[in-house]
Amino acid sequence: MLDPIILLPAAINGLTMGAVYALVALGLTLIYGVLHIINFAHGSLLMVGLYGVFFLYRLFGLDPYACMIVLVPACFAIGYALQRSVIGTVSHGRDQNVLLITLGVSIVLENLALYLFSADTKTIETPYALDVVDLGVALVPLPRLIGFVAALALAAILWALIGRTDLGRAIRAVAKEPHGARLVGIDVEHVYAMSFGIGTACLGAAACLLLPMFYVSPHVGNVFVLIAFTIVVLGGMGSFTGALAGGLLIGLTESLGGLMFGESAGQLGIFLIFIAVLLFRPTGLFGSRLS
Amino acid sequence: MKSGLLAVGIAMALAVPQVVTSEFWLGVCIAVLLSTLTGAAWNVLGGFGGQFSFGHAAFFGAGAYAAAILEMRFGVNAWLAFAAAGVVGGAVGFGIGYLSFRYGLRGSYFALITLAFAEVLRILANAADFTGGGVGLYLPLQVGVANLQFATKAGYYYLALGLGAGAILVGWMLERSRLGAWLVAIRENEDAARALGVDTFACKLQAIALSGALTGLAGAFYADYYLYIDPGLAFGPGISVEILLAPIIGGIGTVWGPFLGAAALRVAGELARRLMGDAPGLSLIFYGALLVIMVKFLPDGLIGLLDRAVRPRGIHAGGAHA
Amino acid sequence: MLGAPMLEVLALTKRFGGLLAVSGASLTVAQGEIVGLIGPNGAGKTTLFAMISGFVPPDSGTVRFDGEDVTGTPPHEICRRGVARTFQIVQPFGRLSVRDNIAVGAHLRLADRQAALARATEVGTELGMAALLDRPAASLTVAARKRLEIARAVATAPRLLLLDEVMAGLNPTELAEIVPVLRALRDAGVTILLIEHVMQAVVSLTERLYVLNQGSIIAEGPPAKIASMSAVVEAYLGHGAAQRLAGRAVAGAAV
Repeated sequence: MLDPIILLPAAINGLTMGAVYALVALGLTLIYGVLHIINFAHGSLLMVGLYGVFFLYRLFGLDPYACMIVLVPACFAIGYALQRSVIGTVSHGRDQNVLLITLGVSIVLENLALYLFSADTKTIETPYALDVVDLGVALVPLPRLIGFVAALALAAILWALIGRTDLGRAIRAVAKEPHGARLVGIDVEHVYAMSFGIGTACLGAAACLLLPMFYVSPHVGNVFVLIAFTIVVLGGMGSFTGALAGGLLIGLTESLGGLMFGESAGQLGIFLIFIAVLLFRPTGLFGSRLS
Repeated sequence: MKSGLLAVGIAMALAVPQVVTSEFWLGVCIAVLLSTLTGAAWNVLGGFGGQFSFGHAAFFGAGAYAAAILEMRFGVNAWLAFAAAGVVGGAVGFGIGYLSFRYGLRGSYFALITLAFAEVLRILANAADFTGGGVGLYLPLQVGVANLQFATKAGYYYLALGLGAGAILVGWMLERSRLGAWLVAIRENEDAARALGVDTFACKLQAIALSGALTGLAGAFYADYYLYIDPGLAFGPGISVEILLAPIIGGIGTVWGPFLGAAALRVAGELARRLMGDAPGLSLIFYGALLVIMVKFLPDGLIGLLDRAVRPRGIHAGGAHA
Repeated sequence: MLGAPMLEVLALTKRFGGLLAVSGASLTVAQGEIVGLIGPNGAGKTTLFAMISGFVPPDSGTVRFDGEDVTGTPPHEICRRGVARTFQIVQPFGRLSVRDNIAVGAHLRLADRQAALARATEVGTELGMAALLDRPAASLTVAARKRLEIARAVATAPRLLLLDEVMAGLNPTELAEIVPVLRALRDAGVTILLIEHVMQAVVSLTERLYVLNQGSIIAEGPPAKIASMSAVVEAYLGHGAAQRLAGRAVAGAAV
């Protein structure tokens, strides 16, 4: 059971999946770090992205990775609009309202998909889906390798965006001190919407990387939302490096845990980690600043 | 005038099975009452106490499985099992509450952890043998009052009526009690409450235990009514969402909110079904949209709407009735 | 315990990360006194209150109430023992009526809802809020909210009241109204320790003052004596200020 021949591929599997988890979590981290809201709609937005890739592939023959050109801006727009016109308008002074409305949005999206596309799981078969790359120590399916590399690249781009651009500076300012930011002339509502948009755009990218090695169904969001939360909490609400490391860690845990103890145990392990982190170290393993 | 209205209402409620002859509509009434029970239960913790739980399925499923397993594997009398389900629900509530509140979880973090606990229970129920695993449990059909299985829906209706009314009564009593006042204080400002001598930990624990117990009873009713439960149904996020919809739409923290919300939801749901057909997911799209609309435009729920119509500058709903 | 001061604070210290907020602060309050705690902003006064009332555990030192060690006791427990506090930034239960707000305090000693509401009406009226009892707390003016803070605390039937800047932001009329209210409280048997910036109120109300600067108590005594102490002047106006002021006095200018 602990033979490296079995362990290593499982570990690599876990890492590649973990990279995609990390990308999903990065979007959530950005949204939490700036808007300080727990976006319960994150999973269903990923589902929307996945259906987007699916139909782009099926209807236009667009390669999933190429779909990013379409999907990332589209998801950005959806996220921006959602925050600007729905989510951002409701707090009425009660934080709970934002929780409820993101929950409501997720319910609507999930069941809209159920109604339109039925509960069947759908997959796509790209011509290179079965290609395998020989890494010497193990054989890795090509889509997974691409997913891994791309996720890390996107994380780097996001990091550069937040750290090096004017927009990024505005985002960091608003994250730290919204009132002060408003006073120096930053359009805080716009920055909020931009952050939500970027967070959703991450989901669009993640969807493109994910579909070749996963599936889409109306409920696929539920699978990811709690995993994403676990990663965000584990990595430290608002820490990018934390989300990245957390994502890889969770991917590993799920894969190895599933290998050693069965699939439900793997899932169980994630939730238990989540609960433990919430209880004992809610600032996560990496602290709680947008960094 | 108010007690007159109440008396009429009670008389009407009692007469329903005589008047409503359609099994279908009687079933709808039962569903409304069950939603009232779970909604009122959620309201104790979420409405009065201000702690929003997104994982009430944990208590519902615990009660459902407790009743089913006690009846099926241990031959316990259905009514005893029913009562035990309440105790189990309360115990699960106490456990989750103890951990969550001991470590100071509030707001979104609390909502998240309740979600996680419910999922943990769902996975466990799915994997274990004694819960029937993923297949679930089929309760044997043994019609008889002693088995909490009634020959006609009317029997279930009266039980549900008792439960629903009882739950509303709990809310009513809470509104007039010290615990209720303290919970509302905790909801409005926990630190200020502490400075006024409120043991916030103990109060929140009581609220979640009570909430869990009532929800556990609902789960047991569900098991004995539908005679089938599985992990997805009993512990799934669908139940958690359904539970919190009624009190939020009806009016958080009010006595009649859960009932109004449950009734409004069912009526609206049936209407939607008539208009748009019975496709999967349709009613939930509707509920989700309703939730979004309510939170955006009517955060105080239907009761808030009524309040504003009657008393334009009145005290807001939420424990302010002296 | 007979003879012991009602409140004894012994060498309380609190550090927040690298910041030493309170350093070895000691004070006593005897039953029936009105004692003031003054000092420039950031001196650590509210932190001291937070430690006395149980919201913040001290790093070292002791708090004794009625001779009993209550250091580190949780806030609700301290309130039960008879120490009530108000907050510098008022914390009303916004959506509740004034009466319901005060009733939360009254419920500490009264389990029955009607009894608590009646007591709340009593306390509210005593503190001059009879006309406001049915209004939602969120609709009150700042002065009224401060009064509500006090009313809520008083409803818990405290023996010691810790008031944190209840007069900040009040105009002269409001000030003139609140001072007799506080005196009446003391006359009714409530001991008061108050943090205050409004000097005229401090001088007219308190019998003794403690001065806190940068976390340490630098002076103690009756208001008249405190006002003339150079250390106190320097705490507020900066190093050397006392001398400069004294110099101007000698040169014939008004101080």
